[in-house]
Amino acid sequence: MLLAVHINDLWYALPLIVSVSLVYSATRAEQMRPILTQALRFGTWVLGFMAAAFAVLYWLSARP
Amino acid sequence: MAKTLSSAPVSDRPATDDATPELIDLLDPWTAGLLAWLVPGWGHWYQGRRPKAILFFLCIFGTFAFGCYLGETRVVYASWRPQDHRPAYLCQVAVGLPALPALVQAWRFRDPNLQIEAAERDAEHHARLGDWFMAPPFVLDTELFNRGPANAYEQDQRTLQQRLLRIFNPGQVAADDQADELDLLNKRLNRYFEFGTVYTMIAGLLNILAIYDAIGGPAQSDPVAAKRRRKQDADETAEHAA
Repeated sequence: MLLAVHINDLWYALPLIVSVSLVYSATRAEQMRPILTQALRFGTWVLGFMAAAFAVLYWLSARP
Repeated sequence: MAKTLSSAPVSDRPATDDATPELIDLLDPWTAGLLAWLVPGWGHWYQGRRPKAILFFLCIFGTFAFGCYLGETRVVYASWRPQDHRPAYLCQVAVGLPALPALVQAWRFRDPNLQIEAAERDAEHHARLGDWFMAPPFVLDTELFNRGPANAYEQDQRTLQQRLLRIFNPGQVAADDQADELDLLNKRLNRYFEFGTVYTMIAGLLNILAIYDAIGGPAQSDPVAAKRRRKQDADETAEHAA
């Protein structure tokens, strides 16, 4: 129930992930194309990491 | 003016031997770094790296502005008062000019009388921009009241603090029910106070990366491969010379 109430707050992570991915990638390359490609890869990695952390924490909290 | 050239990989995979490094004229890197701190992206604009300048400005300033919107600008304030340390501002100030009004406000609001005037105007719904924009909230100095007998200055301070408490808690007589401005802000903004703080802090930290990029050029994605490539080039040159 608590999860359902706060699940909408997770949307606030999305602009941050986009912003962090773009800026981080822009410090590793100069042209826009590699920046965008790297940002996409980095953003996906961050999302995956967050999903994994979420799954572990959810599993821990759901245990009796 | 000193000029520095930085080589940046054109490809996103510079490890390969066919990736041609692109030379970037960084102009005066320290001027660029200062400009990049003042306004996100300005340093890159000065260096003629316009697409990256726009990207940095949109991402970093956008994140900072959204954080300010979530926290009604009250999440960006400078305070090193004994009862309210605000280390978050050390990250926020890395955004540069957009976060500097907080320093001015911290300096203005050292005077409790100004704080009282601002609070009274706010209570009457006539608050001016300077009364709340990045202003440090009033925080009750509990130590001041727990110290026992007070000298004349401390007695004055106690009176001013009690007056502020009354303004922020109209109708609340019991001391335990009275909250200071920071408590009320946290209550009103709820989790958005934290969201806004995190957004503005991350914007500042991202600008540190952008400043570094303005001073030194883009970091090598694969420094080991770049080193190997340079060594190969040096060997080839030596062979050619021999």
